[in-house]
Amino acid sequence: MTIAPAIGTELTAVTQEAPQPGWWRRLPAKAKVGVVLFCLFVLTAIIGPLVTPYDPSYQNPSPGASMNAPSAAHLLGTTQSGQDVLSQLLVGIRLTLELGLIVGVVATALAVIVGVTGAFLGGFWDELLSLVTNVFLVIPALPLLIVVLGYFPNKGEAPTIAVLALLLWPWGARVMRAQTLAIRNRDFVAASRETGERTWRIIAFEIVPNEVSLIAASFVNTVLYAIGASVALAFIGVADLNSWSLGTMLYWAQSQQALQLGAWWWFVPPGLAVALIGTALVLLNTGIDELGNPRLRDASSASRIAGRWLRPADPTPVLSEISQRRHGFAGFLHSFSRSSLLDQAEAGERR
Amino acid sequence: MSFIIRRLVFYVVAAWVALTINFFIPRLVPGNAVESIMAKFPNLQPAAYRALEALLGVGNPGSIWHQYWAYLADVSHLDFGTSVSEYPAQVSTLLGEALPWTIILVGTATVIAFLVGTALGIAAGWRHGGGLDRVLPGLMFLQAIPYFFFALILLELFAVKVHVFPIAQGYSQGLIPGWHWDFISSAIYHSLLPALTIVLTSIAGWMLQMRNVMITTIGEDYVVAAQAKGLSNRRVVFTYAARNAILPQLQGFGLAIGFVVSGALVMEIVFSYPGIGLLLINAVTSNDYPLTQAIFLVVTFAVLLANLIVDIVIVFVDPRARAREATR
Repeated sequence: MTIAPAIGTELTAVTQEAPQPGWWRRLPAKAKVGVVLFCLFVLTAIIGPLVTPYDPSYQNPSPGASMNAPSAAHLLGTTQSGQDVLSQLLVGIRLTLELGLIVGVVATALAVIVGVTGAFLGGFWDELLSLVTNVFLVIPALPLLIVVLGYFPNKGEAPTIAVLALLLWPWGARVMRAQTLAIRNRDFVAASRETGERTWRIIAFEIVPNEVSLIAASFVNTVLYAIGASVALAFIGVADLNSWSLGTMLYWAQSQQALQLGAWWWFVPPGLAVALIGTALVLLNTGIDELGNPRLRDASSASRIAGRWLRPADPTPVLSEISQRRHGFAGFLHSFSRSSLLDQAEAGERR
Repeated sequence: MSFIIRRLVFYVVAAWVALTINFFIPRLVPGNAVESIMAKFPNLQPAAYRALEALLGVGNPGSIWHQYWAYLADVSHLDFGTSVSEYPAQVSTLLGEALPWTIILVGTATVIAFLVGTALGIAAGWRHGGGLDRVLPGLMFLQAIPYFFFALILLELFAVKVHVFPIAQGYSQGLIPGWHWDFISSAIYHSLLPALTIVLTSIAGWMLQMRNVMITTIGEDYVVAAQAKGLSNRRVVFTYAARNAILPQLQGFGLAIGFVVSGALVMEIVFSYPGIGLLLINAVTSNDYPLTQAIFLVVTFAVLLANLIVDIVIVFVDPRARAREATR
């Protein structure tokens, strides 16, 4: 009894050392720019709506207030009906980010559940789940979203979030499955299985923590696509047009001929905001990629020897998928997937 | 050929899933959509009313299985019903008019973007840390811009401010579509800016992916061995590194084609380009359910077909795949 706490404290001391204090410095420069940019937008989303100079929906009836170019009173000008563009932008950034992040969380959770469970259980369930994943991967999401949302009488935020989350999980699930296949036969998993841990415990406490960087990458990707899709949907009018998001701003700008009237201050800010949020996420993702795959890092990490850039010891590439024996129905299902073509193990078995 | 046949079966399953989703969506939505449509379009005939009821599964159209089989039979005859917003035009007629525009524009532009992006990716991967890597952040910015917004900016710059390109439509007004030079040249002229939009916004994605695979491939032992043997750089790049790096790139092409096509559809709206995208937006805004659903099916089938073509190309490009095909 007296020994146990001692071991415990020792262990926590060791684990506390694991996340090195210099993690920020180890982050690739691209990722740093991405983090800073994204944090700026999150801050804007939190503070922005509290400090809007005007009510974004207030329509100024006086004819002089319509289509004003940027000025001291309206930093980003006004719309056709005299609404303040800056106020709309501040509110819109919050709504768009909110939607992207919620979809990201839900879709990534689904991806982890489907991908990890399938790969861990193996056999029939794995093949069935990856068949479903592949089918939904190949059906284009945006047209399906348009069809589904077209039937909702009030195209508010909730149905958009639900449908987006239901359609965006297959990408992550695919990646998660491949990674789980690669680590499910490692010793530490076998050890915990031998000690009699339950399946869900192994998945939740042994496997998933080893995939955190992949989950992060998949989350960032999903948020990126969710924001892009929601903006595109709003732009074509499949959204709650009474709320202010970056997409609805672009919709009104387009439908009221902002372009033809030369009102660049109306459609450039929301589009630029979307593009910058997107850039931040892409940069973040490349950074995460480089963290996991040192070969992609900038040449600065390489040293020049005899006129050639040499990178320090290349790590063994991570196998995207470990080929495994498949029998019966599972093998039959697998033969329809694209990866079956390059599955050497199966080829050997057949000869 | 057995791999191709198995993939074909997979795409048939995917197509069936899309068809089934398409069938059940309107039946899962509460409320009577037919009444609201009929109220909106007073010129509809009673026949259209019954057709709509059958499509949306309201009223008393028989058992669900009966409806399902009737629906599958209709689709197999390319009978998507009657358009509501452009009554009494058939949905298949409207699709037939819009499809060639989109296929030629989006198809050509996507293939060009893929080829150029892959070539740039090979160069950037080979000269890792070189000049092309410097423009990467800019390319990432281009990639992050929504297609339609980029289209808006290009329009503003090249059609509104400087009148280099036409502002909208697929061809000049007053021309009669047909196989004569006036029309074809006008159509090409009008498609340049939309095509440029697709190429510029999607090129970065292909380039980044190819660059990353290329860098990983160059580190492989067989590439180092090829260099050690003293082969020319050109030979090492193209027959050793790029040839292997292109396989994941092709698979990525298959997966990404849906995103590219979806983006291009929204982009068409900005240019009022008379393709599927513009048809889709008009159908959505006017609650033209038969047309919307038919467009979803057409786009899905096109993406499935593109994927099948990618599979066939992979078999031809990858010697391992060819060898396996031969031993079967």
